[in-house]
Amino acid sequence: MESIIVKDVTKRYGSVQALRGVSFSAHKGEMFGLIGPDGSGKTSLFRIMTTLLLADSGSVTVDGFDVRKDYKRIRERVGYMPGRFSLYQDLSVEENLNFFATLFKTTVEENYPLVKDIYSQIEPFKKRKARDLSGGMKQKLALSCALIHKPSVLFLDEPTTGVDPVSRKEFWGMLGRLKEQGITIIVSTPYMDEAKLCDRIALINEGTFMKIDTPAGITSSLEKKIMSVKGDDMYPILKALRELPIVDMAFGFGDMHHITLRDFSTTTDAVVKMMGNIGFTNLEVREIDANIEDCYMILSKMKSEN
Amino acid sequence: MHIFRDPRTILILLLMPAIQIILFGFALSNEVKNIDIAIYDQSHDVASRMVIRKIGESPYFNLVASIDNMNDANKLLQSGKAKVVVIFESNLYNKILHEGRGDVQVITDGTDPNTSNAVTRYVQVIIAEAQQGLTNNYMPVNAELSMLYNPQMKSSYSFVPGVMGMILMLICAMMTSISIVREKEVGTMEVLLVSPMKPIYIILSKAVPYFTLSLVNLTTVLLLSVFLLDVPISGSLFWLIIVSVIFILVALSIGLLISTLVDTQVAAMLISGLVFMMPVMLLSGMIFPVENMPFILRAIAQFIPAKWYILAVKKLMIQGLPVKYVLTEVSVLVGMAVVFTTISLKKFRIRLA
Repeated sequence: MESIIVKDVTKRYGSVQALRGVSFSAHKGEMFGLIGPDGSGKTSLFRIMTTLLLADSGSVTVDGFDVRKDYKRIRERVGYMPGRFSLYQDLSVEENLNFFATLFKTTVEENYPLVKDIYSQIEPFKKRKARDLSGGMKQKLALSCALIHKPSVLFLDEPTTGVDPVSRKEFWGMLGRLKEQGITIIVSTPYMDEAKLCDRIALINEGTFMKIDTPAGITSSLEKKIMSVKGDDMYPILKALRELPIVDMAFGFGDMHHITLRDFSTTTDAVVKMMGNIGFTNLEVREIDANIEDCYMILSKMKSEN
Repeated sequence: MHIFRDPRTILILLLMPAIQIILFGFALSNEVKNIDIAIYDQSHDVASRMVIRKIGESPYFNLVASIDNMNDANKLLQSGKAKVVVIFESNLYNKILHEGRGDVQVITDGTDPNTSNAVTRYVQVIIAEAQQGLTNNYMPVNAELSMLYNPQMKSSYSFVPGVMGMILMLICAMMTSISIVREKEVGTMEVLLVSPMKPIYIILSKAVPYFTLSLVNLTTVLLLSVFLLDVPISGSLFWLIIVSVIFILVALSIGLLISTLVDTQVAAMLISGLVFMMPVMLLSGMIFPVENMPFILRAIAQFIPAKWYILAVKKLMIQGLPVKYVLTEVSVLVGMAVVFTTISLKKFRIRLA
């Protein structure tokens, strides 16, 4: 059963076209990821799906309800965690949770089993004011608050931005357990490494979906050979790589460069040799499997070239 | 319940009316006491002596000199030894008896117009009293109407209604708009909207605390003015409170309106401060009488809720008139409340934009 159906949604703010006709659907109990950098339209799409904004055109249904007509029904059944921390900073952890429970006409006790897993981690600090919590704990509290009314669909807008790696990992672990309880989760993230934890992802760039598939599907659909290049003087190397005729694309990737090659038959030795000819020695070149970030870079580059 | 989280704000909100009342009541008063006065009596008859005696008895004047020429009068005024010189023309009593009029010249130090105004009025009152005592019949005197309800010219009489109007406006309009806009700014509005809670309840829950707070403040102001400033509540307390509650509702609805129009706390503060507070202070008749303003300002003043409220409070509280005299004011206020509430409810967005 489809939990969410988004069809040809566009949204414009003045002269900025935030969404240029995006469509996707997510079925019940699926974890669907929106992957893209800041300003790519993720938050706008979230606000449209959570009935906070109206799309300029296109249609969205959540659990079969139209965001335009039945917004009241949708607001009863979704949990939303905005990208910005949106709880009451001056209320304690416990008070925030109680407040949101009341807001959704339920009690903490009633749905405690659902949030127990998450809430138990911040429970030792329940008397603390929300503003004094660490980034990771804030997000856990926000998630608890978004879950307190047992929503059927959970919208998480960049839940792990600004959260340390350990907490991020924990957080995704929690999402996995929520998914097992049949809650549809729509999550956005700028971190590509989190993308592979979703069932399916949409790569979003400048208001359009470049690709929607499973993480594995996306990486395998990329018909390119990819290599990593590592050397002493990284920036000149990147410039040199971009000039090589055999290299299609080169971009920085952490402490190394990733390159895609025009021809599948090119070997790592060939790259080392060509770079050696123009004075770059001591390079470490390796063939690698494409990851989501590679796909994102390649797809957005292809898109901008078209 | 949420506003109590910020004890500092709450303290300010509760103390402010008290401080303002005391400030306006004492420090900023228009009242003039212990004015140094000099007398130049050319007449030396029953009439002038009677007036001089009354001036001497008055707590407002401090008789510093009796002089016998105009030069001394000028010197005293220039040196500041006397703020006012009263000159009686010769044969005053005779003139009053036979010609039906007598001239008394009052020269005041015009560098301080407020003081000289007040002084002139005091002297006029005293002369009028003396006149009555002398002739036993009413002479055409230049009596001030305002003296009727405020014989001592106490400035707190006119400031109390003004301060009430201002404080209620400030707390309701400004604080309500700020508290709603804060939700928008912090992002909690987003979460609140994506909840089954009806927007009207969100608004109500924001308005109710400030409504309560305003009632507390109203009580404080009234208690202070009665017991500290000796401003009596001459009319019906019940109707005074009813009118105040209506005014609070108007202010609340203005606050709501502001909150639907702006997105940041600073903007809310500026709008309620500049667009609503300043005109309220200046045009409501609290500081400057509306009647003296040019037509365009008078026209604008008609749209200022506080003006009507202050009028009504003056009538009810100071003059002690029955409620039927304030029906116009009350109905204007009710109308404003209805209009503002309707607009803000219409404008309140069920979505973010």
